This record gives sequence, C-alpha cells and structure tokens, in this order.
Amino acid sequence: MLQRIERLGNSTIYYLQDLGRMGLFLLAAIGGIFKRPFRLQATIRQAQLIGANSFAVIFFTAAFTGMVLGLQGYYTLRKFGSEGALGSAVALSLIRELGPVLTALMVTGRAGSAMCAEIGIMRNSEQIDALECMAVDPFRYLITPKLLATIISIPILTLMFNVVGIFGGYVAGVELLGVNPGAYFTGMEQSVINKDINMGIIKSFVFALLVVWICTGRGYFVHAIRGAGFGAEGVSRVTTQAVVLSSISILIWDYLLTAILL
Amino acid sequence: MNEPIIRFNGVSKSFGRQQVLDGVDFAIAAGKTTVIAGASGQGKSVTLKLILGLLKPDSGQILVKGQDVAQMRAAELNAIRMHFGVLFQGAALLDSLSVFDNVALPLEERTKLSREEIRAKVLAMLEQLGLAGHEGKFPAQLSGGMKKRVGLARALMLQPEIMLFDEPTTGLDPEKAMEIYQLFARTQQQFGYTSIIVSHDIPKIFNLADQVVIMDKGKIASFENPEAIQHSADPDIMDFVRTTMGNIYRSREME
Repeated sequence: MLQRIERLGNSTIYYLQDLGRMGLFLLAAIGGIFKRPFRLQATIRQAQLIGANSFAVIFFTAAFTGMVLGLQGYYTLRKFGSEGALGSAVALSLIRELGPVLTALMVTGRAGSAMCAEIGIMRNSEQIDALECMAVDPFRYLITPKLLATIISIPILTLMFNVVGIFGGYVAGVELLGVNPGAYFTGMEQSVINKDINMGIIKSFVFALLVVWICTGRGYFVHAIRGAGFGAEGVSRVTTQAVVLSSISILIWDYLLTAILL
Repeated sequence: MNEPIIRFNGVSKSFGRQQVLDGVDFAIAAGKTTVIAGASGQGKSVTLKLILGLLKPDSGQILVKGQDVAQMRAAELNAIRMHFGVLFQGAALLDSLSVFDNVALPLEERTKLSREEIRAKVLAMLEQLGLAGHEGKFPAQLSGGMKKRVGLARALMLQPEIMLFDEPTTGLDPEKAMEIYQLFARTQQQFGYTSIIVSHDIPKIFNLADQVVIMDKGKIASFENPEAIQHSADPDIMDFVRTTMGNIYRSREME
C-alpha cells in the first residue's frame, strides 16, 4: 500500500517536472528569437526542410481530400436536392477544419518526427552539451530556427491545402459528377465569411506551435524522459511519443479552438 | 603551490538513490596536467559536468577561479565557460556541419571577427593539428582519431585557460592513443592551458600527469604525482591501484 502511494507520488512529481521542463523549454525557444546574432540562414534552411519540402505531400493530401469531399458531399446533398451547396460545403469543411488539422498532422509525420530524432541524436552524442560548453545557447542556435520556420510554414501550407482541396472538390463534383460550375463557386462566395478564414488561420498557428514545441522538446529531453531507454532506442521511442503526443494535442486543441471561436 | 584554478569543497551528488560523489574535496593546480582516474561509473564524467556547470551538485562548492559555479546564473556561466575548452568522449562534433564549420563555430558565435579572419585562423589551426585538406569533410567521414583532433581544434579556437578531456583515448588503438597524448603535450606547451584529463587508460596516462586524482565509491584521493599513489596508506586506494593498474613501474618498463 505504502509502496503504491509512493509510486503515485513519484509519478505526480515526474509529470509536474516534465510539464515545467517543457514550459521553460518553450519560453527559452521563444526567447531565442530576441537573442543576437539572429540565425537567418538556418531559419530559411529549416523553412525549406519543414515547409517547402512538404509541398508535394500537402498537394496530394489536399487534392484527394477535396475530391472525396466533393464525392461524398455530392451524394449526400443530392438526397436533399441541393447539389448547388456543394461548393460551400467543401470550402467550409476545408477552411475551418480539414485544412489546418490535416496539414498539421502531415507536417508532424513528415517534419516533426525528423526534428525530434535530430535533436534527440544531438543530445545523445553530447552535441548539445558541446554547444553549451562553447557558451552557445542551444535554444537560439538549434530550436529557435525550427520554431520560426514551423510557425511560418504551417499556415502557408494550410492556405495551399485549402486552395488545392477546393479545386479537388471541383474536379470531383463539377467535372466528374456534373454540378453546375457557377453554383459551385457562387455558393462558396456567399457562405464563406472572414470569420471562417480567421478561424482556420488561428488554428494553423496554434497547431504549428504545438507541433514544433512537442517534437523538439521531446527530442531535447530524450535523456530525462522516463522509460524511454538510452541511445538509439531512446531516440526512436521518444520520436514515436512526440508524433503521437502532437497528433493528439492537435485534435484536442482543434475541438477547444472550435468551441471558443465558433 | 599557487592558488588552485579549480577547487571542490565537500561536493556531493547523487542520481536517485545512487550516490556518485560523497563529500569530495580536491584542488587542481593552474598550468598543470591533472588526471582524474577511476573505474567506469565512479563519477568521473559527472565531475567534469559539475566543473562546467552542466550539472548542479546537491551540496558543496565548486570554485572555478574563485567563483562558485553552482551558484551562477546563465549569463555568468556563459562568461566562465569562455575559459574552458572541452574535448568530449565522442568528440561531439555537430554532424551536420563540415570540419571547417565545426572548428569555425566558436569564432562565428562568440567573436566579431570577419569571415576572412575566421577562415585564416581555422585553416591555421587545422594545419597545426595535421588536418590540412580535410576541412570540407563531414564528421561521419572521419576516423575516431581524426574526430578527436577536430574536437581539439574546435576547443582550442578561443584559446581556453582550462582544457577538459573526457576519456580522450577511448576507442582508439594504442598507437593512435599515443599520438593523441603527444598532441596534448605539444598543444599544452604552445597554449599554456591547465589540463584536466578524465581517463581509465591507466597507467599510460600517468606519463602526462603532474597530479593524479583517484575516484572510488564516491570518495576521492588526490596525489602530488603518480609515484605518490604507490605510497598511499589508504587500503581502498591500494586495492583499487592493485586491481586496475597492476604495478605502475613494471608497465613503464614494458613500454
């Protein structure tokens, strides 16, 4: 019994410590933005790795998501004789929900896992200690460029996702199923308001922050995470954990933000 | 003896239930070479991390140039770390950067030198350590001995007063290890740094040592020179010496 209470206490302390650690980590990473010298080149390079190199993945995900929406939407709406509303249905689902969420999930899988593994390996091979010993702030040097690059990239990718998705819906609904093209776009124009677009953009910023925070943070603390193990196995477990954790956080925050913003 | 550059006063450190250092006292003299020896897992690397302020002790003081590292804020730590050069066990080169960029990193980050000045300094240092022509390679393309040399070059760029070496010859064959030790002796003469070497490559490492610190079961014994170890009266130390080193003099003759 006593042992069980002790274990519970240990876990509580561990999770509180972990939370505190991650909180301080985020503050230090944001603080890195204001420290000089600013790592412009590294930030651009990261934006290329995280953002530009995700174009193809986002393009295909968006195109097929849009097409499926067009297809499903068409058969559902036809029951009520309102195929004309297809454009607005596709656009609203994409702009408010699917664009930000799917983009963030795809970036988590493609770039978040890579970031986590990279930082974790650097921690394990003492590269982060080495930076500290050279009095180089590892946050400013390593984390901040990734933070900025992700926060810039994900909203842009989200906008791209929306545009491609809307044309995907157009291909399926108008080209293949014969919805009136004028109705598709006019319906969209009338139903999508600024608030919807703002909501999508706010979401994509929040998701970007979650992805980069969780993925780099888990990698950075690979040595301090309980049950992760050491060496290569530690990095692989922590990477899995980071991807799962950020995906779940994205979905939870999606609900919370929708409840707040709607 | 002049004022020691590093002094441990009653330092204790434990991880969970494992006590790694238990009220440790010792001092390291400036300009000399101190070897910290001990079996694996006896707190040698922890000692280095304590000196660098990467870990905080549970109790006790760690004075570097008279200032307590354990009480320092981040900015002060950064200032004191400028006096240190560190050669890590696995060299800890940034593996996404070339040899040149690794060695240039401290200058780019910590000084206001122009690109040309940095380039000249880096190439001169690489030349000195026998790495000329390798500046475009990446750490993964280097042998263990070369990695150590690049790590040494990077550590020496800011002309540190104190060099810390963490197991510098682990994973090297005896010939390469000897080469690395000769390199230490040569660069120390040139740059005049205080050298602290953590190693279990005993007794070979004693050829370099002015002072020896032996760690065993959280306790420490400090000696003025390698020969003094033989005359120690402490039974634990004697036992350690016998089991890990055999007879120092005999192995010297063998070389």
